[in-house]
Amino acid sequence: MKRRTFLKGSLTSGVLAVAAGAGLLKPNQVLAAAYPEAAFKTEISPGEALQAALGASDMSDSGDIKIKAPLQAENGAVVPIKVETSLPAEAIAIVAVKNPAPLTTFVNLNGAGGFYSARIKMGQSSDVHAVVKSGGKLMKATQQIKVTVGGCGG
Amino acid sequence: MARLTKMKIKKAGDKHQVLVLVNHPMETGRRKDSKTGQLVPAHFIKNMEFKHNGKVVAEANMASGVSKNPLIGIEILNAKAGDKVDVSWSDNKGENGSAQSAVK
Repeated sequence: MKRRTFLKGSLTSGVLAVAAGAGLLKPNQVLAAAYPEAAFKTEISPGEALQAALGASDMSDSGDIKIKAPLQAENGAVVPIKVETSLPAEAIAIVAVKNPAPLTTFVNLNGAGGFYSARIKMGQSSDVHAVVKSGGKLMKATQQIKVTVGGCGG
Repeated sequence: MARLTKMKIKKAGDKHQVLVLVNHPMETGRRKDSKTGQLVPAHFIKNMEFKHNGKVVAEANMASGVSKNPLIGIEILNAKAGDKVDVSWSDNKGENGSAQSAVK
């Protein structure tokens, strides 16, 4: 059974590679580049993740970014985060500093407002950065969230 | 297997919030099945694209750090009644889904 799954898996990826090589798999939109695999890797620093996702890693604090999130999350598997900014935002990212993969999600904006909300998983109590890319620079607001029960495996 | 994708558009002042809910396990690949003791393979949404009247206004990227049954929200500007909003997503196993709605 394992062998079969393996064969199936390698066959699919083989086909995909050929299709990509032949230019059959066109990126369906111009706005975003290919999915940034490297940005969501585990065991990397928040800076490395942001570099891979947004092309910059230096952040300065900004008072124009608001995070709406619980101070204490009872269940780390579902932590609702809302980010709002008055800055002209090109992208918004949510970073849970101590997560295995610190970057949880980010959105590229092209005409949409400075708002992003998502529910994230948190392995343990940690600072959460709301990172806004505006004018090519990264700005952040930070909130510490205490987690009673972790939500990353375990 | 089709997964349920729901969209809701909510007016917030002069802007509109678009909320999308997808029924999806968002497995990290690090969790063990309690019955078999085997690792549950990773399965998560990677991309979610929002269109406002056919124009892509936001593209969200995510991985398994987002909770099960993700609820993702963005804001669209200058929306008028009857404007069309589309969302489509795809995951790491090649599954995808979409939903359409109109601004009220």
